[in-house]
Amino acid sequence: MTVKELAEALSLKILTNESQPELDREISGVYVGDLLSRAMSRVEADNLWITIMSNVNVIAVAALTDPACILLCEDVEADDDVRARACENGITLLGSPRSAYELCVEYHKQIDTFS
Amino acid sequence: MSEAVKFRFDVDGSDFSSAGAASVMVKKKLRQLGYPPEIIRKVSIAMYEGEINMVIHANGGTAEVEVYDDVIIITLSDTGPGIPDVALAMQEGYSTARENIRTLGFGAGMGLPNMKKYTDSMEIDTRIGEGTTITMKVYL
Repeated sequence: MTVKELAEALSLKILTNESQPELDREISGVYVGDLLSRAMSRVEADNLWITIMSNVNVIAVAALTDPACILLCEDVEADDDVRARACENGITLLGSPRSAYELCVEYHKQIDTFS
Repeated sequence: MSEAVKFRFDVDGSDFSSAGAASVMVKKKLRQLGYPPEIIRKVSIAMYEGEINMVIHANGGTAEVEVYDDVIIITLSDTGPGIPDVALAMQEGYSTARENIRTLGFGAGMGLPNMKKYTDSMEIDTRIGEGTTITMKVYL
């Protein structure tokens, strides 16, 4: 499943550039967490990273760990600086009002559809 | 050992939002030089944690990366307060970071343990009131 397919299937907001090529990245695996040192060592390349943390340091961690995208849950906002830095680093930011748990369940259901 | 490719960065201790910039730069350089992803990941994690530590605890410092054919050496130097109890600081979950730092997602007490875990050797030279120099090596 690509990032774009995920966004459509789960009705997610695309908070970064809607035409950036990273929307075509394939997602493989999920990490849920907000502590950046944990995320730094646990987020794998191509993961879907679900978090409530939306400061610029999240973008630095993503630039180093290379997830397919970051999904901000529970209606967490990303300010303009964070969005701009995400775009600069080729990172897709998505948003949803749902909880991390609900998003994981929904993603899991969708995997079968796309596999 | 052939001649090293060297990078040097000043880590700004007053700007938390730019923390990690040196690590991201090193990652890009290593990628350009064709190093394997798992080596780049180790160096990135160790250096990022060190960079964050310097911003949180030592008001910044310098980061030097020397890239040889068989080893990558990362040297982080600061003139901060020093680490009073290195053994305690090395324990996972131990942190002296302030609450405002924790709300940013840091201060989990994983910094030094991650640096040790993701490198092949780590030496800490710390003097109270003078500063800390940490040297880490990742072998290829």
